[in-house]
Amino acid sequence: MGAHMESLFEKASQSGGEKIKKIGLIVNPIAGMGGRVGLKGTDGWDIVEKAMKLGAKPWSEERAERMLRTLLPLLKEIKIFTYPGEMGENIAKKLGYDVEVIGKIEGERISAEDTRRAAREMTRKGCELILFVGGDGTTRDIYDAVGLSVPVIGVPAGVKMYSAVFATGPERCGELAVKYLRGMIKELQEREVMDIDEEKYRNGIFAVRLYGYLMVPYDKRYVIGGKSPTGISEKANQEAIAVDIIENMDDETYYILGPGTTTKMILKKMEVRYSLLGVDILYRRKVVGLDLNERDILRIITGKRTKIIISPLGGQGYLLGRGNQQISPSVIMSSGGKKSIIIVATQQKILNLEGKPFLVDTNDPLLDRQLSGWYRVITGYRERWMYRVEYG
Amino acid sequence: MGIVKLRKNFHQSKWDEPIIFELSTENERGIHVPPVERDIEESSGNLETLIPESIRRKQPPSLPEVAQLRVLRHYIRLSQEVLGVDVNIDIGQGTCTMKYSPKINEVLVRSRKVTEIHPLQPEDTVQGALEIIYNLDHILREISGFSRFVFQPGGGSQALYTMASIVYRYHQVKGNTHKDEIITTLLSHPSDAATAKVKGFKVIDIPPDQETGLPDMDAFREAISERTAGMIICNPEDTEIFNPHIKEMTSIIHEVGGICAYDQANANGLLGIVRSIDLGFDLGFYNLHKTFSSPHGCGGPGLGAVGVIKELESFLPIPVVDYDESGKKYYLNFDLPNTIGKVREFYGSFPVILRAYAWVRVLGEEGLREVAKVSIINNNYVMKKILNEVKGASISFPKTEYRVSQVRYSFKKLADEAGVTVEDVIRRITDFGFHLWTSHHPWIVPEPFTIEPTESYSKDDLDEYVEGLKTITQEAYENPERVKNAPFNSVIHKIQDMSFFEDPEKWAPTWRVYLRKHRNQEVRK
Amino acid sequence: MEERKRKVYPYIPNSYEDVQEEMLKEIGVKSFKELLDKIIPRELQYQGSLNLPKSFHSEYELKRFVEGVLSKNKTCEEYICFLGGGIWPHYVPAICDEIASRGEFLTAYAGEPYEDHGRWQALFEYESLMAELLDMDVVSIPIYSWGHAAGTSLRMSSRITGRKEVLVVDTISPERRKIVDNYMEPYIKIRWIKHDAESSQMDVDELKRELSDKVAAVYFENPSYLGLIETQGKEISEMAHEKGALVIVGIDPSSLGILEPPSHYGADIVCGELQPLGNHINFGGSLAGFVATRDDEKFVKEIPYRIFGIAHTTMPEEYGFGDVAFERTSFMVREAPSEAKEFVGTASALWGVVAGVYLSLMGPKGMQELGEGIVKRVNYAIKKLSQISGLKVPRFHSFHFKEFVVDFNSFTLSVEEINRRLLDYGIIGGIDLSKHFPELGNSALYCVTEIHTKEDIDKLYNALSEILGVN
Repeated sequence: MGAHMESLFEKASQSGGEKIKKIGLIVNPIAGMGGRVGLKGTDGWDIVEKAMKLGAKPWSEERAERMLRTLLPLLKEIKIFTYPGEMGENIAKKLGYDVEVIGKIEGERISAEDTRRAAREMTRKGCELILFVGGDGTTRDIYDAVGLSVPVIGVPAGVKMYSAVFATGPERCGELAVKYLRGMIKELQEREVMDIDEEKYRNGIFAVRLYGYLMVPYDKRYVIGGKSPTGISEKANQEAIAVDIIENMDDETYYILGPGTTTKMILKKMEVRYSLLGVDILYRRKVVGLDLNERDILRIITGKRTKIIISPLGGQGYLLGRGNQQISPSVIMSSGGKKSIIIVATQQKILNLEGKPFLVDTNDPLLDRQLSGWYRVITGYRERWMYRVEYG
Repeated sequence: MGIVKLRKNFHQSKWDEPIIFELSTENERGIHVPPVERDIEESSGNLETLIPESIRRKQPPSLPEVAQLRVLRHYIRLSQEVLGVDVNIDIGQGTCTMKYSPKINEVLVRSRKVTEIHPLQPEDTVQGALEIIYNLDHILREISGFSRFVFQPGGGSQALYTMASIVYRYHQVKGNTHKDEIITTLLSHPSDAATAKVKGFKVIDIPPDQETGLPDMDAFREAISERTAGMIICNPEDTEIFNPHIKEMTSIIHEVGGICAYDQANANGLLGIVRSIDLGFDLGFYNLHKTFSSPHGCGGPGLGAVGVIKELESFLPIPVVDYDESGKKYYLNFDLPNTIGKVREFYGSFPVILRAYAWVRVLGEEGLREVAKVSIINNNYVMKKILNEVKGASISFPKTEYRVSQVRYSFKKLADEAGVTVEDVIRRITDFGFHLWTSHHPWIVPEPFTIEPTESYSKDDLDEYVEGLKTITQEAYENPERVKNAPFNSVIHKIQDMSFFEDPEKWAPTWRVYLRKHRNQEVRK
Repeated sequence: MEERKRKVYPYIPNSYEDVQEEMLKEIGVKSFKELLDKIIPRELQYQGSLNLPKSFHSEYELKRFVEGVLSKNKTCEEYICFLGGGIWPHYVPAICDEIASRGEFLTAYAGEPYEDHGRWQALFEYESLMAELLDMDVVSIPIYSWGHAAGTSLRMSSRITGRKEVLVVDTISPERRKIVDNYMEPYIKIRWIKHDAESSQMDVDELKRELSDKVAAVYFENPSYLGLIETQGKEISEMAHEKGALVIVGIDPSSLGILEPPSHYGADIVCGELQPLGNHINFGGSLAGFVATRDDEKFVKEIPYRIFGIAHTTMPEEYGFGDVAFERTSFMVREAPSEAKEFVGTASALWGVVAGVYLSLMGPKGMQELGEGIVKRVNYAIKKLSQISGLKVPRFHSFHFKEFVVDFNSFTLSVEEINRRLLDYGIIGGIDLSKHFPELGNSALYCVTEIHTKEDIDKLYNALSEILGVN
């Protein structure tokens, strides 16, 4: 992961003040409409098209425009690479940007494959940043294409965004992009990409999993010299948390480690194997189970002293139920319930929630209620923030 | 009433002053050192016998050579490029308490009877100094209700460190090895947590209730355990919402055998109105360079005066100043059995002590109460004006209507609606001869800015400042680019390349490093 | 509180009724009481009175009173003062006083580099001037005192090496000893290294024995508290580095015109006291410490204080300033990877500005002449006093900078008594060392700087001769 960051810094600093900066733009014109309209069955797309023909303006384009307006100070310094028509060409040209259309849309409707191809092509062309307007689906598609190789910022245009790669709004996205392209932001953070099974979602079943991580510029809200502001680097924060946890581990306990970069930093620091996106179990400083499902977990921990170390995943602050369902009600109860849970989270993670609590949705309402309340969240070395967990 | 005039034509002094090294001219001398008399010269013989070659400096330091007037002019020009309280309506530096530092106090501290006395002189020869320290100690006891004050810490953070050390030593003496946790709040000063950690404590932060802005009491109760050694908090916190539950909090801490330390950085609105001891605190400190008017000096000298209840007196850093009734003189008492030792050499910044003392002697009880009263009135007046007239500004935790002596606002609305952030406003406001400051980390309030009027500014002054904010936000909605490209009339223009401060390959913390990395030069041949 | 004829205060513009009424109206309350009750619960408001001394109505009365109290002090100008021990009498140039009293510098605080550009530049220049004096690349903004800077340096070395022990020679100032003791607790263990009985320099044999791969750093002061110059710097550094420990040296900057800077004999971190550079004694109240390192990210990132750096702006040939790697400090970090990166706050910035002014005035020749002149005067003083039979001076046989130990053990009079009698001669004698260095017995630490004339020293000689009943 570290090597990626370095090559990105080189790219950023190489494109100094004079060279034209290349950025990618992907707009998903029907982002979020699927879930919102409550599509059922195969004629779902027709409904969307009908709604659009009736004059319903695609939400995405408006949001894309707002974002691109905020980017205007860099008009002469950037070149936008994008896909035809609604996928970005229209809006970028409308605002006067220097635009290069780099591909075409296969088939009649815009598909996930178009997004992926677009992102891959943008990377190939040397884009140093990709901006997109869309939802979790678009996020996932971009991740499939580029992984951690290029930084990305999203304008949220879906219904409920679980992924954590979005700026809080279109203007914020533009601002962040401006700062990054001007070299005012150096740090990139890995943020969760959450994959929603849309089919199940339309049938009222939440199936969300942690899919991967995208690199997002970390807005440190830099103020030169003031008495304070800006955050500690995410990585340093995670390392501090890991040191604390490791110091307090004992040899009698089995430690279940949930998915995510914060929890897995613990295993990384111990220099043992781990699965970033899955659930692992540690015992006596050795990994005794890697990327386990519920059954495997229960097999290992039943009857043993167990602690569950988890971190909220995604932009909504879900502690349980979105991305780590392997840690099921049975697992939790077998471990001993609320008192067996250790929550770790970086300060920035918590602050991003702007006061909203962590959420649990284990599918067992009684357990959810039991789990809610105040926790001592480990936010650093010998530092704890009291934070609330609620069922949602 | 006077006039309220926003300085639209203000232009700060901009001297484009070179770095002092660039003024260096070979052979110029700034000052001469007293020469050694002939007899001494003759008796000393060869310098080699006094300082052998092996430890003698071979190359003189590459300091600049500048004639006297040029040095003077250089620094006077730099001083003109600074906005101190003497020069501007400094209410925008919230939490810093930028109040008037009376000039008479400067006259007093420049007296030779202050500048030329040595701390290790026989006590008989410094009775004046000891008397003043003793008297200020007693004054602060009255104001706070604590039993004894020391003045050793050189600032608020060092005072916090002193208090953390006392808490640590207290439990050490009591054998409470299990007590290793300190409770503080997210809206207290970051040093509250930092200093506790220096002394080995684990820190538990209590977040604010999202509606009231007060520390969440449920979270607080959950955080308490038998491991709780104590609590170090501000009240009011930086949001200046006075915590009505404070006594409950201190009681809870006491019940588990912990002690309560009071970060009184925000004391300006409480003088004479609230006594620390009544709130249940066992120790606390005042910032003499804020609340008690000693000037800030670009960042010091400061002084955090630490006071404790009787039971904790033996833990204070030594020495304290006592009065010997029989001998009728003041003396330094080093005999504190459980002392934490020292946090700083000698007894504290005497000039700062003197200024604080003189300030209180002019005000007296009534004057101190007036200070608090006017701070509160000024603050709430400014708050109403800002909320009514400054577009895009909102208050943090609006559920609480009034605050003590400062307010933390938010420009989130401005940012969302006009795309102009608080940092843009900060830069633009310098074009009118003002400062504006955001907030301590962490930024719990988005796009924060903090205004603390204190008691030192008149209604017109306050109106002028608000007029400035109003003008800028209006401009933000109509012509955001202008705000974003500010400042125009300040001393320098924008720095855009932040890598100068973050990239180890580029950063230049001194002139020599700058020359080496960016000009491929040395300071001097 | 009754509303009798209220006083208007010059320090408080809005301290009269009309304007307060107007403002309260705008706030939306009828009286201050009403406002106050909405902010602070009545039961928490203090209802009693404060037993404070009566206030002075006028500035004149205040001045007269305070000056009356201060007149009880006897100063180092009225007496010839031979005290040092961590704060020393030096000449303060008029321009240093002038700049220290400039209202802008005096009353500024934490503005941005835009509107407070001058403050940033002045402090950047202080860093840069000190860098030349120390011959090191990075110097922090001033912190509370040398003692605190020493504590930080030791903690830094622990963070950098990951080790938990430090070795400190026992000839550091007794004040700093207490400060460092408190500051290391509870994370770091200090082991004290003896000094050589003859030279008072560090006992390097003991150092060798105590060094191990558990040691984060070795700290000594140069000159030491007892005035001696440590000449084994190179040797100490080699030994320490061989075991992977860092070398920290605490210095008196007034010595660096003539003495080798510690970076030349292996120091990794340098700390010290800025007071001698243009700041008055102020009863021990103008202390300012600093930490300096080389420009190595590993070190710079561990400095918990602010460091101002220079940058280019959007205009050509224009400079701007800002904080270097600001996220190091505690303002940024509410915790750190291994242990707290200490804390930072308002400390001693103005003294740093003044130190910069001083160094600008003195220049390389001034600092050299200062150092040489001091050493020669000290030598004269030692020679002169050694003429008093029974007096053992210098107590240690090595090289001195501006302080030296005078051994009175062959006399029955205590140092305390001697000093009392010296007052009658208009002299303030040296520091009584018997308490903190009991092995030295009845000894005193005398300080001589550029402010002492031959006449002053001769006066001391005469006075001591008479008091001790010799010659």
